[in-house]
Amino acid sequence: MRLEPREQQTVALSFGLPMLALIFSMAVCAGLVMLSGASPFQVFGLMIKGAMGSQFALLETLTRATPLIFTGLAAAVAFRAKLWNIGAEAQLYIGAVMTAVLGTGLLPLPWPLLWPVLMFSAMLGGALVLSIPTLLKTRFGVDEVVTTLLLNFIILLFVSMLLEGLLKDPMGLGWPQSKKVIADAQLPRLITGKRLHLGFVVAIAAAVIMWVIDRRSALGYEMRAVGHNAKAAHFAGIPVNRVLAKTALLSGGLAGLAGWSEVTGLKGNLTLDLSPGFGYTGIVVAMLAMLHPLGVIAAAIFVAAVFVGADAMSRTAGVPSYIAHVMVAVSLLAMVTAIMLTRYRVRWR
Amino acid sequence: MTAVLSLSRISKRFGALTANDAISLDLAKGEILGLLGENGAGKTTLMNILFGHYVADEGEIRVDGKVLPPGEPKAALAAGIGMVHQHFTLADNLTVLDNIVLGTESLWRLRSDHAAARRRIVQLGEDFGLKVHPDAVVSSLSVGERQRVEILKALYRDARILILDEPTAVLTPQEAAGLFDTLKRFVAKGLSIIFISHKLGEIIDACHRVAILRGGKLVAERPIDGVSRGELAELMVGRSVPQPKATARQPGATVLALKAVSARRGQLALRDVALQLRAGEIVGIAGVSGNGQSLLADVVGGVAVPDAGQVRVGAEVLADISPRQMIARGIARIPEDRHAEGLIGDMSITENVVSEGYRGRFSRRGLIDWGNARTFAETVIRDYEVKCPGPEARVRLLSGGNMQKLILGRVMAEDPVVVLANQPTRGLDVGAVAYVHEQLLKARARGAGILLISEDLDELLALSDQMAVMYQGQLSPLMARDQVTIQQLGLMMAGQGFIHVESIDAA
Repeated sequence: MRLEPREQQTVALSFGLPMLALIFSMAVCAGLVMLSGASPFQVFGLMIKGAMGSQFALLETLTRATPLIFTGLAAAVAFRAKLWNIGAEAQLYIGAVMTAVLGTGLLPLPWPLLWPVLMFSAMLGGALVLSIPTLLKTRFGVDEVVTTLLLNFIILLFVSMLLEGLLKDPMGLGWPQSKKVIADAQLPRLITGKRLHLGFVVAIAAAVIMWVIDRRSALGYEMRAVGHNAKAAHFAGIPVNRVLAKTALLSGGLAGLAGWSEVTGLKGNLTLDLSPGFGYTGIVVAMLAMLHPLGVIAAAIFVAAVFVGADAMSRTAGVPSYIAHVMVAVSLLAMVTAIMLTRYRVRWR
Repeated sequence: MTAVLSLSRISKRFGALTANDAISLDLAKGEILGLLGENGAGKTTLMNILFGHYVADEGEIRVDGKVLPPGEPKAALAAGIGMVHQHFTLADNLTVLDNIVLGTESLWRLRSDHAAARRRIVQLGEDFGLKVHPDAVVSSLSVGERQRVEILKALYRDARILILDEPTAVLTPQEAAGLFDTLKRFVAKGLSIIFISHKLGEIIDACHRVAILRGGKLVAERPIDGVSRGELAELMVGRSVPQPKATARQPGATVLALKAVSARRGQLALRDVALQLRAGEIVGIAGVSGNGQSLLADVVGGVAVPDAGQVRVGAEVLADISPRQMIARGIARIPEDRHAEGLIGDMSITENVVSEGYRGRFSRRGLIDWGNARTFAETVIRDYEVKCPGPEARVRLLSGGNMQKLILGRVMAEDPVVVLANQPTRGLDVGAVAYVHEQLLKARARGAGILLISEDLDELLALSDQMAVMYQGQLSPLMARDQVTIQQLGLMMAGQGFIHVESIDAA
């Protein structure tokens, strides 16, 4: 059995196969649901209702999607250039740390000044975190998958240390959490009384900007060229290492923004449970989106809907919400297979 | 004579492409059969079917009258078919003995009988005139010796039918002649040989009979006696291909000069290389593959930075050597490997033609003007006759010749001062080769200096005004084309007249 590249990718294939992939993963999960003794129709119905069946559900899904758009974009932009950034989680937390350090009273600025300062510093923090592995890669050839992944643990322990010490809220009854950010740092809610905040709009804007960079700018072209064939890119005079460095700044910066948006828009302060793995899920989002910046929006909303829907469903149907993880994982595998099959055909002999 | 191998009506289709169309062919005992054809004529497919890597759609193969089961390389080996690939399949870190024995012993036996194997290899070496030390590590062997190991590998498995795929690509003319003698000795001992090549001269020198493939069909079979090069060429290509001729031209000022350039990359090194290229002349660099030509090309192309010495373009000594610098100075670079270095296969034609100039005339304030880029791509496609579905087509789908035309279009559009052509015709069909030659001669006529690096002596002799030979990273002085003979070049390619590296290191 071997793979042969297809001469052309037809529209029917590139839309049909991902659709098939989704149906396939639904079918697999239906089997699991039946194993746990529930009706798949009921469970899927409850999930859809819980994810988008009401204004509350829909807003909750979009709230959950916001950090995933940022981390999904972070992964997508890096993967385009074949910079395997597995460390969005760490970059997110450093973005949040920067926000917590500067936004809790250290800079008593009015919001029109404070917002850009906080955004910029969160991006800078995330960018610097990714710059270390990137520098090790371009200088010494150290594999960035290993370094970015391991940095996640280091940074998380570092954040934990800060929350037990320097950043610990003295009024926090001993909990490892930072002070609340000041009012001028907070992002307004999009609808009064609901949790969806302005960070969502910023995430959409970031996706559009990334799309323009990808399609139109010289940098986007350079990143794609380096990702597809770094040797040919170097031969043509594209400064490969500099492009990777810029990619790292962009990718780390986007992940840092996720931290900023969660702290200023949703949680109000920095805690150790700020992110339930948004950095890692961002990789899934990017892959589901086939690394397309606008696709990231849709993929993030889909993944968020599965998680939010599963939470709601498990409360009613008694099927554990872990089914959400299985669903996301199966649809990722099916989607990756589908993407491969749009580009290659299988020959059995 | 009886046929030891007979192919009857072999057909193989890949989608719409018919790679082999009802090919019937007999190989007699004690015969050297040349298989001649351009790239893509179906030679490799046919041999892969014979060796069991592919299954033919129709037809059957008989060895000694018995049908060979299709799709089983083991059966082909057992029937005594041995293949010597163009690219060697040896493990560099093992000895000759280990390489030869590898795969012939059962995995479940605890000890291997090296003594018997060694005796057998030495015996085979003596019988067939293939001297190699069984305990030498392969990485220490020369290319010619490695080829002998490949052949011994096949003989060790009792091959009676040897298939040699482009065996002279890596040899000097003298080594090639030596190989032909060895082959003659093989057939005297009863072996039969299929000799695959696209070089006419070799086929005539080495073979008894020649079969010519074109477009998947067997178009002719001829005994070698009485056949002419011209006839073979026409049969192979299907039409007569006029060779572009260079007209005499007075060279101008020096456009590129290397002075005492030394560089190092892994095993490769350039030692004290001096070279002068003038406007309106073609300087050809000959040499056996792997003697530093690629590193020389990388220095001129800006990809490798020399450790010592001077690189001068025009009147200016370059302080900073990088691909961008070289492009900016007007050096058009045609790389050795179209796939790995020349083009980005998964990107479109448009994206590929702007890869050197996207920062300049195709972009404004960091945004690329794709409309402008597409217009340029269309110009290149038209002017350089690139056959493709359109400027948005992915480059991976183009044929080798069309890829090369695309590269030519990209680098020649800006009227270069120097053209660096590193193996510009490797793997191309005859029509595309003629096209590339024509473009190089056109650039020469426009007054560009051309540095042509090639392993094909015929090509160099046809195009060059001056020639030099590379051996172990050293470059000979330039010699006028009409003052060198092919014998002289062959001896120099084997190291005659060069300082040997060991003596340099000792000094």
